[in-house]
Amino acid sequence: MHEAAALRPGPGLRLLTGGFLAFWLVLAAFPLLWIVVMSFKLPIDALAANPLAVVFGPATRAARGGIGLFDLALVVGVGLGAIRAVRVLKRSMSRPVALAVVAVGALLVAVLVVPPLAAALRAIPGLGALGTPFIGATLEHYRAVWFGHGFHRNFVNSLIITAGVVTVSLTVGTLAGYALARTGSRLAFWLLITALIFRALPHSVLVAGYLPPFLNSHALLMPLWQAPVLGDLLQLAAKEPPTLYGQPLAIILVLVSINQPFTIWMLRSFFQTVPTELDEAARVDGCTHGEAFRRVIMPVMWPGVITTGLFSFLLAYNDYLVCALLLDAQSQTMVPAITQFFNRETTSTDQIEAIAAAVSITAPLFLLVMVFQRQIVAGLTAGAVKG
Amino acid sequence: MSDAMKPRTFFLFVGPSLALMLVFIAIPLVSVFVQSFHVEQPVYRQVETERCTPGFPAPICTKETRTASVIGADGRPVTQRVFVGFDTYRVLLAPERLAAAFAPGGGGWRALLTIDFYKALRFTLTFTLITLPLVIGLGLAIAIAVDSVVQSLRGPIIFVSLLPFIITPVIGALAIRWLFVGDGILTRAIEFFLERDIAVFAQGWSIELLMLFYRVWHVAPFAFVVFYAALQTVNQDSLDAALVDGASRFERLRYVILPHLAPLIAFVALIHLMDAYRVFDEVIGFSSEAHVISLQWLTFHYLTPEGSADRSIARASASAMLTMVGIVLLLVPLLRRTWREHRRLESQH
Repeated sequence: MHEAAALRPGPGLRLLTGGFLAFWLVLAAFPLLWIVVMSFKLPIDALAANPLAVVFGPATRAARGGIGLFDLALVVGVGLGAIRAVRVLKRSMSRPVALAVVAVGALLVAVLVVPPLAAALRAIPGLGALGTPFIGATLEHYRAVWFGHGFHRNFVNSLIITAGVVTVSLTVGTLAGYALARTGSRLAFWLLITALIFRALPHSVLVAGYLPPFLNSHALLMPLWQAPVLGDLLQLAAKEPPTLYGQPLAIILVLVSINQPFTIWMLRSFFQTVPTELDEAARVDGCTHGEAFRRVIMPVMWPGVITTGLFSFLLAYNDYLVCALLLDAQSQTMVPAITQFFNRETTSTDQIEAIAAAVSITAPLFLLVMVFQRQIVAGLTAGAVKG
Repeated sequence: MSDAMKPRTFFLFVGPSLALMLVFIAIPLVSVFVQSFHVEQPVYRQVETERCTPGFPAPICTKETRTASVIGADGRPVTQRVFVGFDTYRVLLAPERLAAAFAPGGGGWRALLTIDFYKALRFTLTFTLITLPLVIGLGLAIAIAVDSVVQSLRGPIIFVSLLPFIITPVIGALAIRWLFVGDGILTRAIEFFLERDIAVFAQGWSIELLMLFYRVWHVAPFAFVVFYAALQTVNQDSLDAALVDGASRFERLRYVILPHLAPLIAFVALIHLMDAYRVFDEVIGFSSEAHVISLQWLTFHYLTPEGSADRSIARASASAMLTMVGIVLLLVPLLRRTWREHRRLESQH
């Protein structure tokens, strides 16, 4: 009893801690919140001197309308409903699945049900005053970015690259991670140390090595295509040798390889938490290492695999350097493509469009943290705790 | 029962990963090494032309030889690879200008930092070394603060704290830049307090300050999560013992909690060292290339075709090799420690 009291901080210290935490939270969230707010406003409001004008957007409201009390109430209603739905669904399915189902459901409700409902409520006489918008908001910058400037193409490219990287990375990585966790050989130690050094390499060093062969791959691979037997086989797959520069498939392999050192370290540390008795039991029952891996180890490894997959996703999704140098304009992903907006910030509309593009890139990441917070925390600590 | 894998099985499992790392990491490294000693140049040949002007009794003819580049069948100049030794490195490192800068009256550091490579090296090193203690300090402070907060608030706090970490680096840098660029909201706020006009993006030091701030903001959550997880495993018995001995709150932090966190502080420092040395996205996000550049940006710059100038692969390769030497030098002490630890563990078995 006495000890617990002594451990409890005094009021002064509690105030200090609380103040510091509040300061950090504002620091962490403010830049992101602010660009979200700006992206819905006309330039005159978004770049206004008065912060209140940026938040409420009087000029945007006058010119384009905005959100009223009704809309706000509906949003809050959908939000509360979503939280309730997650609680109910969590009983019958895992948390990430439940969150994903609810997210899709809420989106459908917000797009299909809310607008007609809001219009109907506004039509009721006497209630109209409550429906008048008081926060200005417009979607025109998003429309301009996604459809006017073809950002949807970059989105599809990003989707292809990240999906490819996550799939290949995990397939190759789990095999290697398992073997590295289950062997005591000296070779494995050296492999891991080499991987650690590879992880430290700046990516531009590697890209300097890829660029010349990627640009000339047509000529470089020609002998293979003209070889007697192999050449015929290759010609079945592709008439001519490919130019790897600008090929999403080649970039997927590049990103997988760059990320491989990190992936095998992380998966190895997850595999080490799976007791060896499990595969020993399977081996006693007559399984080979391959079967033990597939039937016994993988089913209990899913949390670790999902966590590692998240980090592979982040690497591929956030990459600027490799994609900017090795992809051409047609196959460009979202992050490098955004430079075309902020490099020609000549008018204030350009700047707000760049901000809308930035928010579009961030939104999926926001959802990711919401759904997978626990797995991300597990991943950050996995490497550390096991060393 | 020793269940060690047979070498054959081990290689079957590790094979695909090994092959990828060999083809896409090891071989490119070798080829960058080779490229840094060669340059691609057009092939020239001597063309002899005879020019005649009418004259009497015979036309006056002059013969002259010119050099012209050889045009290939595809209409482009034919190029060949020439071994140039350390020439490209000499262009980058500019030893003559280095010597001139430190000769009497040469301008010293100021003159040195006009050379791109030294400018990039200076920024990369100061960036790495300044952010390191800040990241660890801030991460530790948040971890200790969150550890003293009621359980129900911790989830939401971790959620908000993860946002700066998870965000795309270029986008995060842009988000902070937009607060300050031109008449951004925070520039206006600072002007209001200072009562004079400021331009954050007009000089190097203020951009550099923002870049440092951005990196600490971006990485501190990672340090926080690692330290926070470790705080949950602090041995309660040693805390109680310290309490019985009359240790103050600070003493408990200094003598019980920090030693417990020491290996993790080393881990975060190692990861941060590797990542901060690669600083690149900040240069793009803040468009700082006119004032502040980093080593990795320098290689990127040489690899980007600009206007009529083609990519200069040789320079990029040389600057890539120099960048790599730098990170190896930074890592050697850490790797030697790991190796000694490994030997120690092995001799115990």
